[in-house]
Amino acid sequence: MSSPTSTPGRRKRNRDDIPATPKSTAKAGSDGLVSPPSQRRRGQDSSNGDLPAMPTSPGTDIASPAVHDTSLFSSPRRSVLPSEVDMSSPLMYGTPSSRVEGTPRSGVGGTPARQRPDLGSIRKAPQVDLHSEPPSADGAVASEQALGQKLVIWGTDVNVGTCKEKFQRFLQRFIDPASNEDENAGLDLNEPLYMQKLEEISVVGEPVLNVNCSHVQSFDADLYRQLISYPQEVIPTFDMAVNELFFERFPDSILEHQIQVRPYNALKTRNMRSLNPEDIDQMITISGMVIRTSQLIPEMQEAFFQCQVCAFFTRVEVDRGRIAEPAVCRNCNTIHSLALIHNRSAFSDKQMIKVQESPDDMPAGQTPHTTIVYAHNDLVDKVQPGDRINITGIYRAVPMRENPRQSNVKSVYKTHIDVIHFRKTDEKRLHGLDEDSDQKLFTEERVQILKELASKPDVYDRLSSALAPSIYEHEDIKKGILLQLFGGTRKDFSQTGRGNFRAEVNILLCGDPGTSKSQLLQYVFNLVPRGQYTSGKGSSAVGLTAYVMKDPETKQLVLQTGALVLSDNGICCIDEFDKMSDSTRSVLHEVMEQQTLSIAKAGIICQLNARTSVLAAANPVESQWNPKKTTIENIQLPHTLLSRFDLIFLMLDPQDEAYDRRLAHHLVALYYQSEEQIEEEFLDMAVLKDYIAYARTYINPRLNEEASQALIEAYVDMRKIGSGRGMVSAYPRQLESLIRLAEAHAKVRFSDKVETIDVEEAKRLHREALKQSATDPRTGFVDISILTTGMSATARKRKEEVARALKKMIQSKGKTPAMKYQQLFDDLRGQSEAAITKDMFEEALRALADEDYLTVTGKTVRLL
Amino acid sequence: MRMWFVCRFCCPAAQSNSNPEWEAKVLEYFKGQLKEKESHSWVPSLNDVPLHYLKPNSLVKFRCLVQDMFDPEFYMGVYETVDPSTKANVLRCGKYKDVTECGVDLNSRNTVTAERQTFYCVPIPGESPWAKEISFLSAARVVPSTSYVPSRQKRSYEEDDDMDTQPQKQREPHTGGGTKWCHRQETEAPSSQTTAPSDCSSHLDLNFPLPGERGPACLVKVYEGLDSFKLNDTLEIYGILSVNPVLTVLGEEKDPSLLLLNPTESMETPEEQRAHDPPASLVPRLHMLYARPLQHNNPLLPSAPTEDQSAFVSSFLVEMASVRAELLAYLTHVLLGDGLAAEYLLLHLISNVYTRRDVLPLGKFTLNLSGCPLNSYTERLYQIVQQLVPCSYRLSMSLHTMNSMRLVPKKDYVANRLVSGALQLARNTSLFLDETQLEQGQLDSSGVRNITALGNLISWQKVDYDFSYHQMEFPCNINVLVTSEGRSLLPSDCQVPLQPQVTPPNMEEYLTTIHMAQFTSQINKFRVYLSLARTLDYSISDEVTKAVEDDFVDMRKDDPQSVTAEDLHRMLVVASITCSSNGWMRAKHIDMLRRSRTEQQKSLNGNEP
Repeated sequence: MSSPTSTPGRRKRNRDDIPATPKSTAKAGSDGLVSPPSQRRRGQDSSNGDLPAMPTSPGTDIASPAVHDTSLFSSPRRSVLPSEVDMSSPLMYGTPSSRVEGTPRSGVGGTPARQRPDLGSIRKAPQVDLHSEPPSADGAVASEQALGQKLVIWGTDVNVGTCKEKFQRFLQRFIDPASNEDENAGLDLNEPLYMQKLEEISVVGEPVLNVNCSHVQSFDADLYRQLISYPQEVIPTFDMAVNELFFERFPDSILEHQIQVRPYNALKTRNMRSLNPEDIDQMITISGMVIRTSQLIPEMQEAFFQCQVCAFFTRVEVDRGRIAEPAVCRNCNTIHSLALIHNRSAFSDKQMIKVQESPDDMPAGQTPHTTIVYAHNDLVDKVQPGDRINITGIYRAVPMRENPRQSNVKSVYKTHIDVIHFRKTDEKRLHGLDEDSDQKLFTEERVQILKELASKPDVYDRLSSALAPSIYEHEDIKKGILLQLFGGTRKDFSQTGRGNFRAEVNILLCGDPGTSKSQLLQYVFNLVPRGQYTSGKGSSAVGLTAYVMKDPETKQLVLQTGALVLSDNGICCIDEFDKMSDSTRSVLHEVMEQQTLSIAKAGIICQLNARTSVLAAANPVESQWNPKKTTIENIQLPHTLLSRFDLIFLMLDPQDEAYDRRLAHHLVALYYQSEEQIEEEFLDMAVLKDYIAYARTYINPRLNEEASQALIEAYVDMRKIGSGRGMVSAYPRQLESLIRLAEAHAKVRFSDKVETIDVEEAKRLHREALKQSATDPRTGFVDISILTTGMSATARKRKEEVARALKKMIQSKGKTPAMKYQQLFDDLRGQSEAAITKDMFEEALRALADEDYLTVTGKTVRLL
Repeated sequence: MRMWFVCRFCCPAAQSNSNPEWEAKVLEYFKGQLKEKESHSWVPSLNDVPLHYLKPNSLVKFRCLVQDMFDPEFYMGVYETVDPSTKANVLRCGKYKDVTECGVDLNSRNTVTAERQTFYCVPIPGESPWAKEISFLSAARVVPSTSYVPSRQKRSYEEDDDMDTQPQKQREPHTGGGTKWCHRQETEAPSSQTTAPSDCSSHLDLNFPLPGERGPACLVKVYEGLDSFKLNDTLEIYGILSVNPVLTVLGEEKDPSLLLLNPTESMETPEEQRAHDPPASLVPRLHMLYARPLQHNNPLLPSAPTEDQSAFVSSFLVEMASVRAELLAYLTHVLLGDGLAAEYLLLHLISNVYTRRDVLPLGKFTLNLSGCPLNSYTERLYQIVQQLVPCSYRLSMSLHTMNSMRLVPKKDYVANRLVSGALQLARNTSLFLDETQLEQGQLDSSGVRNITALGNLISWQKVDYDFSYHQMEFPCNINVLVTSEGRSLLPSDCQVPLQPQVTPPNMEEYLTTIHMAQFTSQINKFRVYLSLARTLDYSISDEVTKAVEDDFVDMRKDDPQSVTAEDLHRMLVVASITCSSNGWMRAKHIDMLRRSRTEQQKSLNGNEP
């Protein structure tokens, strides 16, 4: 069995033990500086292992703060003892020098260990052994179970042997059949999970084993507790366990360095705000957003000295950020002959990352907190500013050394996190997989409340009335928005070549100014976690999509995402949709149907996901809605865009006395009702939020047989209405809309099946919206072609008629090669029984010009 | 006398450690002491007394706005020191202190780590000179001179005489007095400091929200109730002043080689260090014992909601109606004889966002006074408003300021602080937007952003702070008054075209005479009225509700196009601000007048939107 002893070089800069006094200082070093002493749990822990009497801090006077302070700042001082390690010791299995050797090797002994600066000074216990001190009363003890005692690492209740054994058992046996993490894709869920991962390592050769802490917890709660509480002792033990197991199983595999265990998803802490002194030196997981990354900092791990006289060389390891320069050459005994050779020294990478609390975690009215994070070795440059990440690491606090010349220090600690594991939470959005993994966790009680609410028969009405209670009535619009908030079921047809089906519902509100459209938009924007609010007036195409800019810090070109991309999986509220420039609007075409955004700019060509629902508000062109005109004519939006909205509502002033009275009553109540009265009447906004989040995450309704039949019938009916009058009254897009709405309605009921009632409601709502927006003002019929082609069938017919009448009139005039424009217009008006506007006349002229019958030049019309 | 007990409390930390409840006891003691009548006015205020007159480690108070909240920090709550000569270990307390004693034993087992947070606090932005002056004087009056010795004796005798012999009521009406006294208050401390060490400190940006502000900024260390404080809260903080020179370690003093050796230290950019650890002589540290949220910063009103406040309120309520009438008359004069505009201005000045229904702020009342005479009229108008309200700011909306000024606070990630903007204001600040200054030209992108921010502020009473990767919404409660020639380009709740009844040949003179004609006592009554009227509760009876419904239906019947829900909103706000039994009738009436006036204006100007 191999000893836990590893390279003695795995120390951290901050470690402040004095090598000359291994026993006492090992303790002092690991506890004293690195962690504020409040965090030590020595006393209570000793009950587990039979740790002998506690020592009365011998030797602490040696490591007095004054000495310590100067030592950190002054130039390297001659060390009493450069780490003299017997390299040939059989205890060693990964000497630092072995890194340089290039020969292939395998097995535990052959593979070099890699330093883990993320764990800090961990090797004090083995080091005690190495210095051939017998395990004394207060000494830390490794897995020397031969002693017949249950020994633990000093200051913890961790017994290396037991711990290792437990972890190996965990690796060999842990099965999680319910796992749905994407990391485990392609693995057999009924086989031990981590053994498969080890196999993967042997194939891929990336010596990192990510371990989900919740797995450890479900397997062995005690081991989990130890891992959380003493990560810097336990993780190396895990490393050893894994490597033994790995090389036992795959003795021939060759790895760059020994496998490192990277635990993640420690359940203890979720929020940066909840970090407190209790968490120091524990393993924590927090989420946040990267706001700054430093440049790579090479940190010397091992200095290489060569004698200028005899070319003898020696290696010295960094000890607490200092290199103890050997004063005398051991070979030729020349004094001060050794020079540092930079190229042969060993450095490790380090990077400072600043992480800010994600906006969702913050209480209102406060500013976000930031935390400094240090990434080491291969974790450097894993994240970029703007990334949302989950960090698992060890929380540290070190005292500030304000001024070396002053002996009183600032009583403040500097805190940071040494990262063990990064996990990007938004990574998946780029890969186009499904919903986030960091979904809001709902407590049992909360789920119970939500389910109770869902079981009520009137839940749909309840929720819709809870939506924007300050806005009066407009029940159907609220219902539409509610369905938009829930969204349809996402379907993937990429195998059959159609790609993703849009599951998001798009809604357009148009109507008179001052009908609280903006307010509704603001409300929705505040309700959904990933909402964006833009105004068509101020936004440009790039502001909506993405733009390329030079990062002032890194000087790299970076893609800055705009509102549409940012509201992926959310709702993008666009106010003053009509004020948007055409070029801006054109980017919406792709987003609103394909749900992607293609960018080709500055050499960056990519397609981003923008699975966003669009909630837009538009004002009529003439500032007041003209009921004599069609929707298209009123808002002057291209029909290609309009047809992409599932529901188009008109928010008009009803001008009805009873309505006015109710509205007045509502507003008075709004102003004079006390807070409590309001609370009673409506659902809490938080409940509504949770309800939506829960439904979006867990409910994926599918059509059942009856519902499919109902949908087919509905579609056929819609087609029939038009076909009687020679019009097309429904397109497949409308059918898709119906399906989405029905699914959303099923989600509102927390139902996994889309049933007939859902289809009924979808039909009703769709019809309502159509009635409002697609009614031909001339005939009073609902005509979908207004929205799909921009012109109602009757209007088109009339256009043709006018053109025909004009042609007839011109022909009747006989051979006149040129005519006055105005006169022709007057003649036509006089002839026709229906009123003919100038627009209509011009259109007719254009139609005839297209037939190459005539041309219009200025004020004259020439026949061809 | 009372000021020194802090030292007694904090120094003998050794014995205090044995008793863990001492912290709670300290707080209770202080709170109890401060509750005593007038005792809080014995505490010297950082706002009034220049920093160098204050004794370090003494109890001071500070009336301020929380401008930024820094990250929480861990400190040694209890630590042990070793005397190098005697080797004796002594337990000490680190709470309420910045710096430890000599010889800290970092390895001691008795060390207790505790958590605290730092707030960056600035004096209330836009505080009117009269408010500063009165609070300064009242403090000076109450403080028994014996306990004030250290600060008073250094002051010139002439000034002292001035202060004692001139009770505030006899002094001439404000303008002259204001400027004369100004130099003594918040302005004195910084001016003497910023100029004295010349170059090295002048580049230190104290991050005041408004340009041209002066006064002490303060790093307040908060120990208790962290969650109860919010950004932009106005607080009166009682705490222990710490100006230890050890804290003054500027970046340039540090040996660069040391920085290289210790990478941890170099992680902090110089900018960050300057923002978070400015020299204590410029930005003192204040260890908070107790903070009182301020509902208003009007020194004429009792600030604490105690019995004497309710007594004060009830006594003033009797006068209320008459004061209101006088104020209205005064404002009518100021607005060149336009009584309707004066009434709206009055309503605007006492409006207050009293609650929010989902996203809708209720009670906001943005007034757009259009048709303002050009030249310096708006400026004079602002001066008069400033004389009436405790907090105000005039934003001249010239093209240059709109393009160059930073209105929205922005997070500076390099210095790790929130760089303030002019819209970071305390509640109920009067923001005077002078659109008459706007000239033709092009707004650049930051100008457009600024205009959008102003629009958002007016419509939703919120400011979206720029956190670079995302925006964060901070609700606010700011009274916005827009003066413009035509209709304002910004949204407003109510537009009143000014109809001057008099056309004085010399505007300056006219306004100055009106201004001078008011006695200070009268002005003070106005000030009290404005602050008090804002805090009153409104309610509505069922009959009025019925009346409102009927009226609304009738109005709609007559003219459905022009009377919308929007109008009802406005009238309801007006009715609730008017806050009398016939509030609704009055609201309806003046709205009618206003409407007919705007109609008239429209037909006059023809094509005006």
